[in-house]
Amino acid sequence: MSEPLVKVESVSVTLGGTSVLSEVSLDLAPGRITTLIGPNGAGKSTLARLVLGLVTPDQGTVVRRRGLRVGYMPQHLNIDDSLPLTVDRFLWLGASGPTAARRAALERAGVAHLRRRAVQKLSGGEMQRVLLARALLRKPDLLVLDEPAQGVDVAGQNALYGLLKDVRDELGCAILLISHDLHLVMAATDEVICLQRHVCCSGSPETVSRDPAYHELFGPTAGTPNLALYTHDHDHDHDLDGNAHHHHHDHEGPCNHD
Amino acid sequence: MPTTITTTMKAPATMIELLLPPLLAGLAVALVSGPMGAFVVWRRMAFFGDTLAHGALLGAALGLALDISLYVGVVAMCLGLAAALTALQHQRQLASDTLLGIVAHTTLALGVIAISLQTGIQVDLFAYLFGDLLAVGWQEVVGLWAGALVILAMMVWQWRALLSITVNEELAQVEGVAVQRTRLLLMLLLALLIAGAIRTVGVLLITSLLVIPAASARRLTHTPAQMAIVASVLGTLSVLAGLTVSWFANTPVGPSIVVAASGLFMLTLLRKTS
Repeated sequence: MSEPLVKVESVSVTLGGTSVLSEVSLDLAPGRITTLIGPNGAGKSTLARLVLGLVTPDQGTVVRRRGLRVGYMPQHLNIDDSLPLTVDRFLWLGASGPTAARRAALERAGVAHLRRRAVQKLSGGEMQRVLLARALLRKPDLLVLDEPAQGVDVAGQNALYGLLKDVRDELGCAILLISHDLHLVMAATDEVICLQRHVCCSGSPETVSRDPAYHELFGPTAGTPNLALYTHDHDHDHDLDGNAHHHHHDHEGPCNHD
Repeated sequence: MPTTITTTMKAPATMIELLLPPLLAGLAVALVSGPMGAFVVWRRMAFFGDTLAHGALLGAALGLALDISLYVGVVAMCLGLAAALTALQHQRQLASDTLLGIVAHTTLALGVIAISLQTGIQVDLFAYLFGDLLAVGWQEVVGLWAGALVILAMMVWQWRALLSITVNEELAQVEGVAVQRTRLLLMLLLALLIAGAIRTVGVLLITSLLVIPAASARRLTHTPAQMAIVASVLGTLSVLAGLTVSWFANTPVGPSIVVAASGLFMLTLLRKTS
């Protein structure tokens, strides 16, 4: 495996007196797709923000390769109405270059018709696609997407994941995806990391798919080749206040550790 | 124009001598107030700018008392206040507008006291509060234009970074913009502008020259650059109109400029937004 773009090593983050992440490690290498899954409040967004350099760890280290070009697609973005800004200008802020490049990026994200629209007039889904176009336009080494499949139907997710796979193949970039869905992840994912303040388990979807329960659930996704089902049972204990017991695992596969 | 001059019985040479420096000074301030005012509107910094302007009076008073340039005093005070306010905003108990209200009026009160304590030279408080454009001399005109061009050049140079942090600071940071440095630059340029504008419209009216032309421009434009440029044009028109009214109706200059700007704003309200 080539040199990681970002190396997160036994990082702990405490926000407002609450431990959000503890002893988390993560490597993002070129050409690899990593999906973070976990329940709400599991620290997925914090881990992504750590990778992006928006959060500094209380313990541990985050090493980013010098000159790393990052494309980031946040969940949503609110832009003040007082700022007159078209989609085209918004993209220009992310990466200067010819209009044709911006048009092509929008085309790719399936929103070419929105180029002259004011950003404030976009729906949530349209804004997400515009953000994706802006991220792609930067030709990133690392692409971070926060819940890209949120509010998108299964066919839409399939199309989106197909696009991301093409982008990865084309640019050879690393992709970090956050998914709130514990069951549906991108089939092309090289690694699935399940987070519950610590890394409970991680592994390739293939490893995961050997789980008999996975086959049981496979039916409904037939015909959507970019989606994989992943079953996950939280059969280890977490305290009521959410503090997980500190059992750290480097094994691959579903979260069965009894 | 020449006919009106003869009717008011003023010699043309006198009028030019009297009006040219204030006109040029006012135009310098209006020109920079366009783009700066746009950022004040976009970043919702109107009250913040007002607080710096109020504090500017105290800065000016200290500058005079210490016998250094009042401009140095104003810039130093604005920067100090900006830093203090940024630090204070980290506490959560009081909303930032409450905090700004406290700081704005405390510094204004202190400024009035400090000005009134100046014994050596006669200082006209009114001139600081509402501006005294007609008293501006050629030396100041040169200084104002130099300052205006520096501010404009910095804004053009850092335009994309300034706009990026205005759209979204996190996205800007991820994309490699030095967010803290850019924010600091904007603050510094705003402090410089306030120091310059103190003679034009005075500390109580500076924010209006920033906010009103930019607000008027919002309804007329579709891109950030357009809005900044149109705000400059509207600010320039306001200065021209305000000075003209002041000359013929003998009204105070600063307030006349602000009323002219408001008049233009009212006109833009007539336009339907697309």
